[in-house]
Amino acid sequence: MAGKAQARGVGARILAAFQAAGAVEIAPDILQPAEALLDLYGEDIRARAYVTADPIRGELMLRPDFTVPVVQEHMANGAEPARYCYLGEVFRKQDHRGAARVAEYMQAGYEVFDRVDPEAADAEVFALIHAALQGLGLTATIGDIGILQAAVAGLDTIPARKVALMRHIWRPQRFHKLLERYAGMVPVPESRRALLDGVRADAPWIGLRDPAEMEARIARLRLDAAAAAIPAADVARLDALFALRCAAPEAPAALRALDLPALDPAVARLERRLAALDARGIDLTTLRFDASHGRTTMEYYDGFVFAFTAADPALPPVASGGRYDALTRVLGGGREIPAVGGVIRPGLLADLEGA
Amino acid sequence: MSIKLGVPSKGRLMEQTFEWFAARGVGLRRTGSDREYAGAVEGAAGVELVLLSAGEIPRELAAGRIHLGVTGSDLVRDKLADWSTQVAELALMGFGHADLIIAVPACWSDVDTLEDLDAAAHAFRAAHGHRLRIATKYHRLVREFLTREGVADYQLVDSQGATEGTVKNLTAEAIADITSSGETLRANHLKILSDGLIHQSQATLFAARHADWADERATFEAFARQLGVSADF
Repeated sequence: MAGKAQARGVGARILAAFQAAGAVEIAPDILQPAEALLDLYGEDIRARAYVTADPIRGELMLRPDFTVPVVQEHMANGAEPARYCYLGEVFRKQDHRGAARVAEYMQAGYEVFDRVDPEAADAEVFALIHAALQGLGLTATIGDIGILQAAVAGLDTIPARKVALMRHIWRPQRFHKLLERYAGMVPVPESRRALLDGVRADAPWIGLRDPAEMEARIARLRLDAAAAAIPAADVARLDALFALRCAAPEAPAALRALDLPALDPAVARLERRLAALDARGIDLTTLRFDASHGRTTMEYYDGFVFAFTAADPALPPVASGGRYDALTRVLGGGREIPAVGGVIRPGLLADLEGA
Repeated sequence: MSIKLGVPSKGRLMEQTFEWFAARGVGLRRTGSDREYAGAVEGAAGVELVLLSAGEIPRELAAGRIHLGVTGSDLVRDKLADWSTQVAELALMGFGHADLIIAVPACWSDVDTLEDLDAAAHAFRAAHGHRLRIATKYHRLVREFLTREGVADYQLVDSQGATEGTVKNLTAEAIADITSSGETLRANHLKILSDGLIHQSQATLFAARHADWADERATFEAFARQLGVSADF
């Protein structure tokens, strides 16, 4: 495996390319306030981040990721449009053993905050990273969480079900269980039936959750019980969407063939993105489209997603990224801006170049 | 040289472990005063008894400082990353049964399943500005279970004892803990989720994969034959 000095050398080369593309280097602290990150990611990040305590600043975390501090810095001080790049270590506890699982590694990243042409910005980020990884025989996969969100939004059902499904796009197991429930494909649990018949527990009220919160949920469950089942044909169309994998140039036609009219604006965005990639000299026939790509990674991506992977399935992606418009809204304190970015792992790149 | 066998140093778990070995012709006993953690082995050559806290046995096995160890399967799964690459299960011993479960206030009539817990957690976070807190000491097992089941908007808070009291004391909204009869849960006005069983634990004889076995193979094979367990791992 490449040493740190080699990884740093490769990282410096990538950073120079990102700067040449117009990005300003940014250097967030290694020690980050834990609260914002924990609130955002919850247990996913608590399990993996090194948390420590400071007598003045309280709970701190060794930087597990650059995106959040870069967004925070931009939302606090940035002028628009903005392009940032960075190079440094991230720290993640590894819960599984194995040579490829390192707890401390470099990331070189490029982030674009620009309202004018989101698909052009998507293509800009992808093309820069693509150029840095030339000649290594990596597989590039793209997807679009926005297409999945559009499919859920387009379901013919009550809003509460769409909200619940939308929330679980990144947790496929729960998503599909809920979908089966809403489609009437699995029976309503006996406990739910009894609850709606008016059965209540004979137990003293304890804890912070208020009885009014329970009553509000029971009211939601009544609405849900009264709603029509999602037709099996619609479930089948969603399943077909999630299973769609093809060469990128075939993706728009394949998506239209699913007969989900709600996808049309998202498919048009995909076509504009593919055209923008083509204009930047990317051979679209070499890109794989995977509709479910990004469903099991970080929850903050909500549009274009991509990854470059090596042939060895034990290796993590050499590069990955995506669009995170909603994250800027969460961290922006009332403001938001479309944003897209990606990172390369220079250590993995050094390994592949040395191999 | 000898094989080091780590056994819980006190209580019912120690007594039942001694009985299990005695039934296979191996006499284990504590020596010295009641307060001294020293032990002796009779009826098996080349085996040395090490008395340890049950909670420390997973770590001692992982480090290879003991060759064999008796402890709860819950502790090994919770304390060791990729546990099966570090230790091998030689025998389920049939005692020390306990279930690791998720429990919520019994007054929550609308919450009976993980699907309910997830929905309640989502609404709770919106209403209270923080995630629904689950008190536990089994962080890895609980987190892996809830991730696999797709439950969101919760956070684990550490509780090393009296976990059943955390809900009433407003330091957690739910708990994940070990129970055998469920009586303590009922006394604290908690109920188990119908699909909230995380792991069924029992006392288990483990072998340390990374211990130094080089000079111990023959001794171990004889000991395994005597105990009636497999010597292959």
